[in-house]
Amino acid sequence: MANDRVVEVKELTKRFGELTILEKISLVVHRAENLVVFGRSGQGKSVLLKCIIGLMNPTEGKIFINREDISKLSIKNLNKVRKNIGFLFQGSALYDSMTVRENLSFTLKRHSPQLNSKEIEDKVVQTLHLVSLADAVDKMPSELSGGMKKRIGLARSIIIDPELMLYDEPTTGLDPISSKEISQLILNLQKKLNMTSIIVTHDLICAEIIADRAIFLKDAKIAFEGSIQELTDSDNSFLRNFFSHEIIKETGV
Amino acid sequence: MKLPRHRYGRRLSYTDYIYNFFATISGLTVFNFEFFKQAFKPPLEIAEIKKHMDELGVKTFGIVSITGLIIGLVLAMQSQPVLQRFGASDFLPGMVALSVVRELGPVITALIFAGRVSSGIGAELGSMRVTEQIDAMEVSAINPFKFLVVTRVIATTMILPILSVYVIVIAIIGGYFAVIIAENMNFQYYIDSVIRAVQFGDFIPGVAKTFVFGYIVGIVGAYKGFTAEGGTEGVGRASTTSVVISSLLILIFDMILVKITLWLWPTIG
Ligand SMILES: Nc1ncnc2c1ncn2[C@@H]1O[C@H](COP(=O)(O)OP(=O)(O)O)[C@@H](O)[C@H]1O
Ligand SMILES: [Mg+2]
Repeated sequence: MANDRVVEVKELTKRFGELTILEKISLVVHRAENLVVFGRSGQGKSVLLKCIIGLMNPTEGKIFINREDISKLSIKNLNKVRKNIGFLFQGSALYDSMTVRENLSFTLKRHSPQLNSKEIEDKVVQTLHLVSLADAVDKMPSELSGGMKKRIGLARSIIIDPELMLYDEPTTGLDPISSKEISQLILNLQKKLNMTSIIVTHDLICAEIIADRAIFLKDAKIAFEGSIQELTDSDNSFLRNFFSHEIIKETGV
Repeated sequence: MKLPRHRYGRRLSYTDYIYNFFATISGLTVFNFEFFKQAFKPPLEIAEIKKHMDELGVKTFGIVSITGLIIGLVLAMQSQPVLQRFGASDFLPGMVALSVVRELGPVITALIFAGRVSSGIGAELGSMRVTEQIDAMEVSAINPFKFLVVTRVIATTMILPILSVYVIVIAIIGGYFAVIIAENMNFQYYIDSVIRAVQFGDFIPGVAKTFVFGYIVGIVGAYKGFTAEGGTEGVGRASTTSVVISSLLILIFDMILVKITLWLWPTIG
């Protein structure tokens, strides 16, 4: 199974000044697996994803993507690795001076310079269909709702056909129906494109739909690891509290 | 590229401000080297540079036109009685033209440009930074420094000299309006006097330094925006400090460049 390790994090520690955000985190994600990362706000979930993609450097520890140590790569080779990775930002991070079409085509054009403009346009439309937003193609990001932005952000990150997707809170701030739709979409993508994914969330419904396996970050460490069932059935009082609260919040009771 | 961090917070002491001042100077120096390292690497992003130049032209055309006209008018209005007192009214067109060409045109245009453009770049890149758009480029294997910073700095460096020449022309015309309010002078005669007074050697250093000013406006705005942190507050800070720092640097470099020109070509002085 060693060949199957798409992401391997070894004893990752991240500090900002005195503050330790992550301490000796180790995890492995195998091909075509969906790993969900739970944790309360400010527990370093986004920091973990940013270390994996090389936007932040670990204070200690190593990160391997397809068995390559990314801290040892030149920027050129790191970019080669990144060309196989999609990243959905917490705030979508759409380029707000560009239309939806340009957001997608700009990314695709630079990813695959060999494509002609017809091929790019086709792929843009096709990807927008995947997220059911083909009619938003000429809109500016400022004209989109939060849920639409998330979908366009998703479309922009999958247009390059990544092997690995990193999702930072894909459903946070969405209504329960959109949130379910997005989760379903992520699951379909994984099945259809055989993608490997790491999904950061605190949305239990989303996790139940997507997750093959979950970890729970607490106080800079991995507090729990297992299936969603195991996590929710756990008699640890902190977890019980976390998930019961989440369920109440998500169903709007 | 390793950039120093600034100290932000509610209550900053004098030492924090002094610290930040030096952090900005050293950060700008690093940023500057990065610019020259990346500016000539392909792809050159010509289309993006042209787009920015267009936008900058449209954005500043109105304000520099008015500024130019007023500089010329006021300068002529102020000089006229003084020159008359010394019986040197004939020198008026030449005097207006020389002041505008050598100093006022380039410097005032640059300061206006800094106010309008440096703040704009600071705010634009700042908001791209805090909303993670710059990170999004980076993870898409796009070089954000090249695409966002280099293109903007080249655009400001190229457009400011053009604007300055335009302002000089407008200001000289403005001077003529002031003259005809007070006395009768034929436009042909006015222009002839201007051309006789202004030598090529006056024109070159005046316009040449606007390349430097344009570069300052671009690089300062881009640096402040690119390194913005701390949400919307950080964007505001990037925008205002860009104007302050670029205006200050324009004045400092003006002084240095004037000194250098006088030293290299003493005959111009
Ligand atoms: N660039 C940074 N500099 C300093 N502190 C940071 C930085 N990025 C994140 N942090 C801190 O790290 C902690 C974890 O942040 P984050 O990963 O965004 O949390 P979350 O789990 O909600 O995604 C927070 O306390 C945050 O203030
Ligand atoms: Mg986060």
